[in-house]
This record gives sequence, structure tokens and C-alpha cells, in this order.
Amino acid sequence: MSTKAAERPHIAAPYDVERVRRDFPILRRTAHGKPLVYLDNAATSQKPLAVIDAIRDYYEHYNSNVHRGVHALSEEATKAFEQARAKAAMFVNAARAEEIVFARGTTEAINLVAWSFGRQRVHAGDEVLISAMEHHSNIVPWQMLCDEKGARLRVIPMNDRGELVLDEYEKLLGPRVKIVALAYVANSIGTVNPVGDMIATAHARGVPVVLDAAQAAPHLALDVRALDADFLAFSSHKMYGPTGIGALYGKFALLDAMPPYQGGGDMILSVTFEKTTYNAVPHKFEAGTPNVADTIGFGVAIDYLTALGLDAIAAHEHDLLTYGTEVLSAIPGLRLIGTAREKASILSFLVDGIHPHDLGTILDREGIAVRTGHHCAQPVMDRFGVPATARASLGLYNTRAEIDALAAGIRKAIEVFA
Amino acid sequence: MSTELRQLYQEVLIDHAKRPRNFREIAGARSVEGYNPLCGDRIRVYVDTDAGQVRGLGFTGSGCAISTASASMMTEALQGKTTAEAERLADAFQKLVTGPMDAVVDDSHLGKLAIFAGVREFPVRVKCATLAWHTLRSALHGDAAVVSTE
Repeated sequence: MSTKAAERPHIAAPYDVERVRRDFPILRRTAHGKPLVYLDNAATSQKPLAVIDAIRDYYEHYNSNVHRGVHALSEEATKAFEQARAKAAMFVNAARAEEIVFARGTTEAINLVAWSFGRQRVHAGDEVLISAMEHHSNIVPWQMLCDEKGARLRVIPMNDRGELVLDEYEKLLGPRVKIVALAYVANSIGTVNPVGDMIATAHARGVPVVLDAAQAAPHLALDVRALDADFLAFSSHKMYGPTGIGALYGKFALLDAMPPYQGGGDMILSVTFEKTTYNAVPHKFEAGTPNVADTIGFGVAIDYLTALGLDAIAAHEHDLLTYGTEVLSAIPGLRLIGTAREKASILSFLVDGIHPHDLGTILDREGIAVRTGHHCAQPVMDRFGVPATARASLGLYNTRAEIDALAAGIRKAIEVFA
Repeated sequence: MSTELRQLYQEVLIDHAKRPRNFREIAGARSVEGYNPLCGDRIRVYVDTDAGQVRGLGFTGSGCAISTASASMMTEALQGKTTAEAERLADAFQKLVTGPMDAVVDDSHLGKLAIFAGVREFPVRVKCATLAWHTLRSALHGDAAVVSTE
């Protein structure tokens, strides 16, 4: 047997991006008469046919309320709904399905933790520690909590590459800190934070950690047990699933000890005018009729990601990111914002003499969708001293040819402004 | 490049974006800040009026080509005009950039500003074009110190 043949079996089947693209009907459309080049995946990702079909199938065949009816439809809907919970639990490697609370998305999940867990834990004079690269949704809920309690919000700084300064983190992690809340992957600049080590450091001082995994979930394998995360929030719509649904993972003991977030139906066991007995975890956090259709769609999106394999997706996207970094860096006057050593999926940049907003308009007419603006992370823009950036964010269906189209579009814009 | 893009990014617009005129503070003048939170454009318009006439008009800040050129060309167009004329021109400009694609707008008195008709093809950019004008109006009316497009 030759050495070559011996090596071969270790190589997985190559990632077939053209086959993947065929799963996404929207990628067949054009924009302004040009083939769509969708590079705004960090804002929201497109949906595979399997997800679209699952939602339609629910409404066509078993639309019904969950956890209530004794009839066949309700039983089927409840089963599919709870299966989605089990899938989400498996997806993040939770110990049990009850550790998954459904919410409208990452934003609501973080608000839930801040309101329910934070209010019990944080008091006057305490501190909540976040990082300099948070999305507004992992800043404002903590700011609101701190305002209410007379606590102080403190911020872990980052260096010029867009990496958190871990020495400063250790210094900031004093006795007053009651909660640490961190982005796993920064939506504006793509930094992958060393959250495992950061959690270990916080736990050594008895501080629980909340992870915003909205941007991490579609790009890298999540493992709450390996990370020992206390809470982890993520959104379906950034993971090729529908909008309006997301999940909060929480350690069971923490969730169990927390008061409900909202009151209403489904979160109770019994109600009298004198007293209400709350339902068990996770239902006590899910008041009202849930978003059944999209939760089922979310489950199918998780199936889709799992079938492709997060490792294969990450490898494909890493290749694109490396290629994109190389191609964009070769454009005169282009500056990448965020050059962390550990990055995922994001190319945030500025071109000399061209405002990102104008660049976005010109790229749009080439059929290329990018985001321009502050990416809901104004403090990050302030840190780099820029009002806005253009951001290309990569997904599992993007190709090297699309990166080339982006580069050609940028060169066109440079010609317009020459 | 598409015709619409050429219509939008005309030479005169790019010239004003790159070399904005009256890009300065005016000491002692009334000033108002205009802010478009969507794209981060932030400008401050300074207006000095005397006996119902615009004596001095300037602006500072940072923004995209469209908002910068619009501010720059506004300061040129309104120099020496009466405040009533300035208001009328602001109305005409607003109509020019927000009108339906096929509307015929009388742009005879708009002069060079007529090039902003190209913005109509780009609805998301209308706020960029009108930021300076909204800010000017507030300054003339003595309104809030900060104007937001949202």
C-alpha cells in the first residue's frame, strides 16, 4: 500500500459549496440585474428550503397550540416543539433539554438573564463587567440593570487588533463584579474571544458568565459544558433558521433558582387570585403561546447545520476569510478594522476617501449586499475612531468567486471617487 | 456602472464631497447639530442672520459623499438669501429628492442643486441628502440643539 493511499481515508469528503447553494432558493435571484452576492450574513442569514418547508408543513398539517390540547394536532405540535428544544440542547451540548429556554432571539435571552438573574444578584455598589466589543444588545440590558440598582458597568478594553486585553480583564475582575457578559464572536469585527479561559478566570473568583453567542453559533461548534458557560444566548435567524426565535442556555440549578421573566399562560401550574404556582424550568420562562412554527423551523436549521457539520463549515469559512483578507488587503487604500489572530467570518473595512455608506450603495448596484454603518456596536466604532465601516460577513454558502466580485466592486467605487 | 449611479455620483457632487465649501465654524453664529443614527453622519450647521438675511453659513462634521456635498452646496446656494428664500429653497429641495421617480419638478431656481434629483432612485439615501437642510431649518427656527433623522 502506498503512503498516499494510507493518508486518503483521513480526508473527509470535500465541502461541496455548489451543492450547498442549491439548498437556498433565494441565492438564485438577482439584485439590480446582477447575480445576488449575499455578504450580510452577520445581520441575518438566508434560509434553506428544508427550513421554509418545515414552517409551511406545520401550518398546512398540524398547526395547533402546544402544551394544552388533548387532540391529535396539539400532540403533534407539542412533540415537534419539544424536539426543537432537544435539538438546541444537543447543538450546544447541554446536559439536558430543560436547560434550553426559548426566547425571541439573543436580545430577549440576554434581557431575560439581566432581568431575572441580574436583579437578584446585582446590588448597589456592585459591578457588571462586559467587553469593549459588545453588540448593543449585550450592553444596554446591563446598563439598565446597573441604573436601576446603582451598580457600575465596567468594560474590558481591546487592543488595536481588536483583541481583548486579558491582563486588564484580570485586574477588572475585582470583588464587586457580580456578572461577566461577553461576546463569543464580535459581530462588528469578527474577533473570537478566548471565552473558555475567561470563564475559568471568572469562576475562580465565583463570578458567573453570560455568553452572547449570536455570532458564534453559525460559525463554530458550541459546547457549554466544555466552556462551563453559565448562560449562553443565540438566535435562529443568524443560523439559517427563521427570525423571531432564539434560545437561552442556562445551567439548570441557576434557571431553577431564578424568578420568572414574564407572567402569563404556560408559565404557571395553577392560578388563583391569591396565589400562582409557577411551572417548572424551562416553561416558567416561556409565558404565552410560543412562536411554534419558527421554533420548529429553528430545529430544522439546527439539523441542517449539524448535517453539514460545524467543523466543515468552519473550515470552509476560514478558507474564505483568509482569502478575503488577502484579496481585500491588496486593494490600495483599504484598511481592515479588526485583525485579531482568532477571527470568524467578518471582514470590516474602510476605503480611503470613500464613506462606507457610498461604498454600500455602489456595491448594491453590483448585486452585492454588505452592511454599512456601526453594526449596532457604536463603542467599537469609537474605539477605532471611525463613524462606520463596511462589513462583509461570510456564510456557509459563500464562495471565493463572490469575494472576487466584492473586490471588483470596491475597485469600481474607487474609480468613481478617484 | 449603472446610469442611476452616474446620475447620483456626478462630478460636481464628488467635488463638493471631497472639497466641501464653507467647511468651517462661524464664531458667534447660531448652530445646530444634525445626526443620522442609521449611518453615523453627524454635521453642525452654523447660520448667521441679520435683518432676515443669511449673512454667513458654514458647516463642520463628517458624513457620506451625499450628505457632505448637500451641505456644501447648500451653504453656497443660500449665501446672501433672505431667510424666507432659504425656507422656500429648503422646501423645493425636499420635494426634489423625495418626489416620485417620474415627477417633473420645477428645478429652475434650484440651480446646481438640481443634480440631487438622482437621489430619488436611492430611497435609503434621501436622509443623507436632506440632513443638512433639516438641520438648517432648525437653526433658522431656533429649535432643538440636535436634530435626528430618526
